[in-house]
Amino acid sequence: MDAVLLSRIQFALTVGFHFIFPPITIGLAWLLVVIEGWGWRTGQVSWQRLGVFFGRLFGLTFAVGVATGIVMEFQFGTNWAGYSRFVGDVFGSPLAAEGVFAFFLESSFMGLYLFGRKKLSKGMHWFSILMVAVGATISAFWILVANSWQQTPAGFTIIGGRAELASFTEAVFNPSMWPRFFHTIVAALVSGAFFMTGISAYQILKNRQSEYFLKTLKLGVVAAALFSLLSIFPTGHIHASQVAHTQPEKFAAIEGLYTGHENGAPLVLFAYPTDPPPKLHGKIEVPNLLSWLAFGNPNAPILGLSDFPPDRVPQGAELWLSFVSFHNMVLLGMWFLALSAGTALLMGFGKIPRMRWVLWLWVLSIPLPVAACQLGWIAAEVGRQPWVVYGVLKTEQAVSVSVSAGEVLFSIILFGLIYLLLGSLWIYLLIRKTKQGIVETNPVVEGAK
Amino acid sequence: MEATFLQVSWFVLFGVLLIGYTILDGFDLGAGVLSLFEKSPESKRKIALAIGPVWDGNEVWLLTAGGALFAAFPAVYASVFSGFYLAFMLLLVFLILRAVALEFAASIEKPAWRRFWDVGFGLGSLGPSLLFGVALANIIRGLPLDAQGNYLGSFFDLLNPYALLAGLQSLAMFICHAAIYLMIKTEGDLENRMHKTASKAWIFWLVLFLACTGASIFIADERMHAAFEHALIWPVLAMLAVSLAMIPLSLRRGKAKSAFFWSSAAMTSQIAVIGLSLYPVLVPASNDPNLSLTIVNASSSQNTLSVMLIIAAIGMPLVIGYTIYMYRTFKGKIHPESLHHP
Repeated sequence: MDAVLLSRIQFALTVGFHFIFPPITIGLAWLLVVIEGWGWRTGQVSWQRLGVFFGRLFGLTFAVGVATGIVMEFQFGTNWAGYSRFVGDVFGSPLAAEGVFAFFLESSFMGLYLFGRKKLSKGMHWFSILMVAVGATISAFWILVANSWQQTPAGFTIIGGRAELASFTEAVFNPSMWPRFFHTIVAALVSGAFFMTGISAYQILKNRQSEYFLKTLKLGVVAAALFSLLSIFPTGHIHASQVAHTQPEKFAAIEGLYTGHENGAPLVLFAYPTDPPPKLHGKIEVPNLLSWLAFGNPNAPILGLSDFPPDRVPQGAELWLSFVSFHNMVLLGMWFLALSAGTALLMGFGKIPRMRWVLWLWVLSIPLPVAACQLGWIAAEVGRQPWVVYGVLKTEQAVSVSVSAGEVLFSIILFGLIYLLLGSLWIYLLIRKTKQGIVETNPVVEGAK
Repeated sequence: MEATFLQVSWFVLFGVLLIGYTILDGFDLGAGVLSLFEKSPESKRKIALAIGPVWDGNEVWLLTAGGALFAAFPAVYASVFSGFYLAFMLLLVFLILRAVALEFAASIEKPAWRRFWDVGFGLGSLGPSLLFGVALANIIRGLPLDAQGNYLGSFFDLLNPYALLAGLQSLAMFICHAAIYLMIKTEGDLENRMHKTASKAWIFWLVLFLACTGASIFIADERMHAAFEHALIWPVLAMLAVSLAMIPLSLRRGKAKSAFFWSSAAMTSQIAVIGLSLYPVLVPASNDPNLSLTIVNASSSQNTLSVMLIIAAIGMPLVIGYTIYMYRTFKGKIHPESLHHP
């Protein structure tokens, strides 16, 4: 295998593994703002203890997220030197801004939040978790600015073989930035809500301090229902129709439009793609729906993959992955809404927590929003191929020349083993901390000033 | 071509970020190394608590320096990071290990488990402490580069005796700095032990520093000349000499806080000397000086540099503000019972 493919595999591995953690911590941080704020304002000990309990799970997840995130900042330079030279003038500043505006904020207030429960006033302690949540969200903002610029580059001119910044605001607020930001943040809130609800459901199923965990179960279900809805409508819808307008090749790839439609394109709900030649099997589709969703007109023409030169569209495995990852993400999104809205309804009729199978569904669904985040990210990145910066720079031109395939293979194996260890330990410690439950004599009550 | 104001500013600001990293992460890296040599679990725990709330914020200085290098001097970021590929992969493994070790160690109260992660934390701190000096020395020594700025050497070329000597120097420096920090944070036996360690580590630091300086005369003679072309070198060298001398004097009087000030000042001056010896070069090409990456030929556009300066001007005062607040909150000796630890 060549260094380009290996570097792509390594990038997918290291970013994919890292991207397990931020959606959970961003979502959980905002939910902790609610829990800790409620405990502080009402003085209810139960909410304060729930804050300590979920704070511990948060701290563990945050630590693994930080550890795996360091790799990101370095990897553009180590494996993608061609890319770094070409786009550094535009792409570097969002990363630096992320460090200045987000990483410092997150990490400093994380220290205050985790270790300062007895040293800070309750108000200041609450402010710390608020700043962690704000910092995590700002961090997401800047990294999504950087990623959106790769998808829909703007505010630059090519001078002397590199992209130079022409307008910072145009580069930052490029066409796909806001749709991507809102959709991703809402997805993170879904991930955090499912994490909290699933763990609360597990505790109730095991008869572990149910009186506490019923509170976070209710909070979590309501948050999950709200954000699951928002992830589909309006944020998912707006993001998809933005792709239709700004990246028609990717849109065709993820929606499975292998040929163009002059008078309205159908929405493919289900199919199994094979390649070559690109073909969908067992297709279930709704006529004209895609045109209506994307352009507000059921008869709007949509270009298919065959309308583009072959060297500008995803090929083979990339094409397969674009379609499959996007459709499974949508499927999962539907499931999140069905489960959370259904549970909220049952809760209104007083059927929860007696219906144990519903609680089990929540436990089993804990990893699914993270999976949906991964699938959405795969659709976004693989669907953009063969470009690393859409229409500007090809992925194969972006790689480091001075790094050999053997070196990359070595580091893939290295990271693979380390991440296997980290991932297993994270899950093991999460389960362990969950089983320990709430420590009722914890110092939060008497300790805080 | 003459360097512009913005290019010079970013050379200086990158230096400031590097100094911030050296002073702040320097003591918690050193603390990790020192915890390897502590036998009792209580002492290890106190060291972990002394840096627990702050180490993550300290490490952000490295990430931000990396981001600033990418944004301000992308050609340097690309050449150095891809050129030092295996070294950076090694550094990442150490940093990952270190970041999870503290959290994992505190999660389960079993002696064997704790020992395992304590060692992980120690090694994860030892590696970066050494690599810090190795990396800087290789830059000072110069790298073989092609016309596109790609590194032409191999990983093992980076482990030359000069670089290894500098690695030992940075290790001794961080250990001394950390022992002084831990004197401030601990009491009794542990404080006394740290006092002795600081004094001993200072000797190693001084000797290794002199050895590195001596070696530089042969290895990087051109850089030495470059340093003495700037009038600024004299006050910087004076500050380096004074602060290195003041460390043992403060330690003898038992004044840990002033010793910490002086070790910070000594590290600042060392980075400043390196900055002066390189300026305006960022990566000297050892095969052909014309291929060197400088603040002129490796920088981003004026537009990007000015946007970045605005970002730094808005962001860094805030960062300094809440960093001070954080240190004030956790100031004084460590009392494990007064800290909530997750």
